[in-house]
Amino acid sequence: MANIKVDGILIEVPDHYTLMQAAEAAGAEIPRFCYHERLSVAGNCRMCLVEVKGGPPKPQASCAMSVRDLRPGPNGEAPEMFTNTPMVKKAREGVMEFLLINHPLDCPICDQGGECDLQDQAMAYGVDKNRFAENKRAVEDKYLGPLVKTSMNRCIHCTRCVRFTTEVAGISEMGLIGRGEDAEITSYLEKALTSELQGNVIDLCPVGALTSKPYAFHARPWELSKTETIDVMDAVGSSIRVDSRGREVMRILPRINEAINEEWISDKTRFVWDGLKSQRLDRPYVRRNGKLQAATWEEAFAAVATRMKKAGNKVGAIAGDLAAVEEMFALKGLLAAVGSGMTDVRPAMSGIDPSMPRAAYLFNPTIAGIEEADAILIIGSNPRREASVLNARIRKTWRAKGLPIAVIGEAADLTYDYTYLGEGLETLADLAAGNGAFAQTLKNAQRPIVIVGEGAVSHAALGKQVGRDVIALAARLASGGNVAEGWNGFALLHNAASRVGGLDIGFVPHDGGVCSADQIALAGKGELDVLFLLGADEYDMSAMGKAFVVYIGTHGDAGAHRADVILPAATYTEKSATYVNTEGRVQVTTRAVFPPGDAKEDWAIIRALSGIIGQPLAYNSLTQLRAALYAQYPHLARIDEIAPANAADLGRLAQAAVKTTSAPLRSSVTDFYLTNPIARASAIMGECAAMAAGLQQAAE
Amino acid sequence: MLADKDRIFTNLYGRHDWRLAGARERGAYVGTKDFIDSGRDWIVNEVKTSGLRGRGGAGFPTALKWTFMPKEGAGDGRPCQLLVNADESEPGTCKDREILRHDPHHLVEGCLLAGRAMGAHIAYVYIRGEFIRERQRFEEAVQEAYDARLIGKDNVHGWDFDIVVHHGAGAYICGEETALMESLEGKKGQPRLKPPFPAAMGVYGNPTTVNNVESIAVVPEILRRSGAWFASIGRPNNTGTKLFMASGHVNNPCTFEEALGESFKDIIEKHCGGIRGGWDNLLAVIPGGASCPIVKAEDIRDATMDFDGLREKKSSFGTGGMIVMDKSTDVVKAIWRISAFFKHESCGQCTPCREGTGWMMRVLERMVVGRAQKREIDMLFEVTKQIEGHTICALGDAAAWPVQGLIRNFRKEIEDRIDQYTWSSTSDGAVPSIAAE
Repeated sequence: MANIKVDGILIEVPDHYTLMQAAEAAGAEIPRFCYHERLSVAGNCRMCLVEVKGGPPKPQASCAMSVRDLRPGPNGEAPEMFTNTPMVKKAREGVMEFLLINHPLDCPICDQGGECDLQDQAMAYGVDKNRFAENKRAVEDKYLGPLVKTSMNRCIHCTRCVRFTTEVAGISEMGLIGRGEDAEITSYLEKALTSELQGNVIDLCPVGALTSKPYAFHARPWELSKTETIDVMDAVGSSIRVDSRGREVMRILPRINEAINEEWISDKTRFVWDGLKSQRLDRPYVRRNGKLQAATWEEAFAAVATRMKKAGNKVGAIAGDLAAVEEMFALKGLLAAVGSGMTDVRPAMSGIDPSMPRAAYLFNPTIAGIEEADAILIIGSNPRREASVLNARIRKTWRAKGLPIAVIGEAADLTYDYTYLGEGLETLADLAAGNGAFAQTLKNAQRPIVIVGEGAVSHAALGKQVGRDVIALAARLASGGNVAEGWNGFALLHNAASRVGGLDIGFVPHDGGVCSADQIALAGKGELDVLFLLGADEYDMSAMGKAFVVYIGTHGDAGAHRADVILPAATYTEKSATYVNTEGRVQVTTRAVFPPGDAKEDWAIIRALSGIIGQPLAYNSLTQLRAALYAQYPHLARIDEIAPANAADLGRLAQAAVKTTSAPLRSSVTDFYLTNPIARASAIMGECAAMAAGLQQAAE
Repeated sequence: MLADKDRIFTNLYGRHDWRLAGARERGAYVGTKDFIDSGRDWIVNEVKTSGLRGRGGAGFPTALKWTFMPKEGAGDGRPCQLLVNADESEPGTCKDREILRHDPHHLVEGCLLAGRAMGAHIAYVYIRGEFIRERQRFEEAVQEAYDARLIGKDNVHGWDFDIVVHHGAGAYICGEETALMESLEGKKGQPRLKPPFPAAMGVYGNPTTVNNVESIAVVPEILRRSGAWFASIGRPNNTGTKLFMASGHVNNPCTFEEALGESFKDIIEKHCGGIRGGWDNLLAVIPGGASCPIVKAEDIRDATMDFDGLREKKSSFGTGGMIVMDKSTDVVKAIWRISAFFKHESCGQCTPCREGTGWMMRVLERMVVGRAQKREIDMLFEVTKQIEGHTICALGDAAAWPVQGLIRNFRKEIEDRIDQYTWSSTSDGAVPSIAAE
């Protein structure tokens, strides 16, 4: 700890603190443009200048100088810094003036207007008149792809975007070229950025140089109502803020959540909002004479009820990637009421067996725990595509510690270096047998993490045993060697937000039920009469035979096309719903807008249906539903917390016998931009996917 | 005035053999092993006694700089390194190139001795991009020294030492010590933030001392003839001999070695044959390379040409590269040209320099023809003050000083020009006589 006087106030701060942090600890505000907590220090904007006593007679950049660098006074007095002296005021005014002389006066048409650091700080620290009589600099706009719009006249060369893309996103596609006045931020080759985290540069840009292209000229920040909620595009559950105007979601921004996404969100999370408005199911449909026709809720319910009464307990239910805990709980209750245990939330032929303990399907070490890891093995997963912000965390740890990372599966560009071990189960078995250098690394590691992708445990073509064997082998690798006390390094990385919640409440086959693939097979054979698809679109719709398919969902996707009755529901921005992320963290979304047209919240649809078939569920409101839910599953009541799985269960998993010898372990996410019905309905995501596939040569 | 026997650079004009044999004839490598055997403290003390101040412009005591280096390596196995700044790009300065091409062994030997004094076994010599012949010659000299086992592993001096010659790509900013290090490492030449200072974390993260070519090249002679000898030349705090350069309107522009502490008039008379058109024709002098504030004729004539002497004249001794201007000079345009140079060479990293250099140049551009307001003179001065001391490196200061010097010394000239422009304007605002120029 070091003592320092800030504006005459003596405080004690840790040694490694910068002057800026010390000033903030003392309550003094310091303006800045280039400095960002999560990026390296550039010290180039010169806005954070402060006066330091005893140093050279010129102001110092407080972001770059640490408290340690200051010398104490002659009698050992604490070093002093000032943030409110005439020297500091003059320095700030000077820098502000320099930043503004070449900055265009286009605030009225600038998308950053109203939430612009330059505007705010010009008001707070600038002067009100202009002395610059020359022509302003003009800079050609750059093409950065379909997501980030540039207006380079506004750029103040803080290089936050350059530092973000190189340090966090791990792509070297942006830089500052040229010299002096003519220095420009550019992507060098005028090609679209290839990072799936690129949207974050929009938030990082302190001015309007980099703005959101899809959002351009759509709204002003002060007209938007802001709702803090949770993202469901992947199983990470990033904290987001949904900005809406009237009934429309206008944009999505990240919120800071150190445990999950820090300050970043993936492009799918950020730009999926146009998918919330297109292809929506806004009224019920009933298939008549082979064609889906619009219907009223009464007609739709009547059609379902008629078939349900005939079906008896030959009813199944599959929950899709975006299903929340509440609706799965209600649907499970509905099926239980008719005597069916045919529920499933897992992808086809998943190796995660209902009999397995919770430790088998959680990302046990937690996302923040990645930073404590000393070795990482990735099996059958491409975390960059499956959980981009989690991948950024791995990269962060790799940059900080250079920890050993190895991959079994596909050799993709993950933005960090890794040892490629092989692509299949054979390699994994070999590693688990203790062969190879990385086996030794894992054995020596005290905090190893073994990331198992969903693609590694679900093999539609090869059956469930492959997944079970992968889990067993991974558990062996995670639990062997010198693992530290209390550390559980087995990490299952799910791809869908619904998965852990569904597994937690037992939305899996029970009481004689069968798994999703078998349900579809039964339907194809005519042995299952009614099949509920709760937003499930990722299954083989052509194999369901003559079964009566009830689709409860939001978008006109695969499930809706197959459906005999469509019951329009609400997306994650339109309801308060519980999701459990891949770590097992319980989170709740908040409603930002109302569902379109006649669409209703999913749980309410199921509750209403239960009444019509004469088996009313025992709750009439969301509060009552949650009370019932929490009574049965108490850990779901602890919002934002993780109920950790029992680490000892890992040993049990590891003992399971391995029966298969060979299988490819590939990521199940092939197209990052098109993983769920909302993303598939989004034109922006479509464009990104097309570009990523190299189908479209970008030209503007 | 400096006696011939006290000259250090005895082949400044290349009239003798620059190779090792010639250098040895002139005394190079005599007693080098003894100096090295005397230990680092002895060398540092001798240089301290000599009062040698850095010859690159800032005039920081060289021996003191060396003592900043960690005594026993960095304590964590990081090696100490010497980095010689031969990126001589300051307009008006052309001394290091003479050393590189005519007295290269002074530098080679100096590197070895300075390396001993700071515990370094390696020296990087970063040579300006435009110095192609100089680099070739220096490389040859280094090769000669290797071949003669004067440097290298297991050399005759008993101090393992390597010299790595690096050729820059020709950016002025790479002469700034931290930008130099970035450039040497293969990165974009942009200055680093200080602290950490190079002595703690320099090239490749190792403790590094950056010295000017001349500072290093004079060390062998100082050790041979003793620090006291060096200190006896010049005046206290400004000791020794120095390479001066006179360019511009003198009768005989040249580079020459002279003692510090002589008056401007004397050295110009002695070496340059006086001012073109006589002393009454002298307008002003930029005394130490383009970044130093200009000094008027009446102030410079009797000024003492050393660090303190020119500070009294509110200018700076810099590198000793005097740019002499007679009365035929358009002084405003001259400073505008310097301003344009700094605008062009600003690296663009930090705000005040990036934005301010262009602003100053453009205002001066108008002032050259008088198309400005008188209040803008004060504004321009204030802008220079907003740049000075607010930047990462000293280029901001360097860009601000010439303009400050111009305003301090030639305000009337600027005002007259503005008046002239106003008087000769027509109802259309055009000024035919000047606009035609």
